[in-house]
Amino acid sequence: MSTLSVSVWRGTESGRFQEFTVPRLASQTVLDVVTYIQRTLDPTLAYRYACRVGMCGSCAMTVNGRARWTCRTHVDNVAQGERLEIAPLRNLPVVRDLVTDMTPFFDKWAGARGRFQGGATRKDDFARVAPGSPARQLADAGIECIGCGACYSSCDVVAWNPAYLGPAALNRAWTLVNDVRDTGNRARLAAVAGDAGCHACHTHMSCSERCPKQISPTASIAGLKRATMEAALKGEI
Amino acid sequence: MKSDFRARNHPAYWAFLAHRVSGVLLSLFLPLHFWALGRALQGEAGLDAFLRWSEQPLVKFAETVLVLLLAAHLTGGLRLLALEFLAWRDWQKGLLAAAAGLTLVAGLLFLLNV
Repeated sequence: MSTLSVSVWRGTESGRFQEFTVPRLASQTVLDVVTYIQRTLDPTLAYRYACRVGMCGSCAMTVNGRARWTCRTHVDNVAQGERLEIAPLRNLPVVRDLVTDMTPFFDKWAGARGRFQGGATRKDDFARVAPGSPARQLADAGIECIGCGACYSSCDVVAWNPAYLGPAALNRAWTLVNDVRDTGNRARLAAVAGDAGCHACHTHMSCSERCPKQISPTASIAGLKRATMEAALKGEI
Repeated sequence: MKSDFRARNHPAYWAFLAHRVSGVLLSLFLPLHFWALGRALQGEAGLDAFLRWSEQPLVKFAETVLVLLLAAHLTGGLRLLALEFLAWRDWQKGLLAAAAGLTLVAGLLFLLNV
């Protein structure tokens, strides 16, 4: 039986890679490999997953240097000479082994006012938003984010400026800016216009390159740059 | 933990690097440029002597590199403006290829005229 050599990060920030040999199977995903190690070779290995089908966003790790969903990444597509290197996501505190603390990531969604703020009551009729309207199309382009953190982990600006809100939170803010029902946009644009907001983006596009959903946070951030500039010119922020 | 080169190895990151490095090198060249122009203030002979010196093949080669840097920085800047202000999604890599192509065209045109 052919085998796969796997280096797995162990410990916290100051850990080291540990080598494992795993049986090579057909249609094997990286998550299958990690699960095999934890169930068969070393039950102390810490990792995180839930749905296994690319819906929950909890199994993202750094595979051969790039942030990926491990559940939807086939070993065939990423193994280099039957070798894999699996590490936790970058730019986030490591809890242990392959598990990162996502708290700063989601705190930044709150910082970017990523929560829908409606102005209607239950007595109002449903809002009608035409699927083909420009604002709806712009919101649609970014709405499928499941918060896996692959973009955040790939972003150099996050590494350089720990306060930077990051691609996912800014993408979320942009979808709400284009939500015609939302009433919190003045505060939202003010929140994303600061030093750690959209204008800090260097357009490296690593977020867009690595997003497993093919969302382009770079496009959303460019939209926020235009929207904040327009709001500033109008004296709204 | 920080990312290494593997996370950054994609065309848009190379475009960022080309834009940044060309910008830094051009800013280093600027003092030399102003010094050369400044020689005209001290009389025709000084400037002419410098211009004759600049006819040497090695200097011409350096000038070609300079033209490439200028073209790379200009087209890189136009690419960024397009990314920031135009409605794009799928054609950003085409834009990048156009920027690289125009840079090479500018360099080749300069070489043809040397």
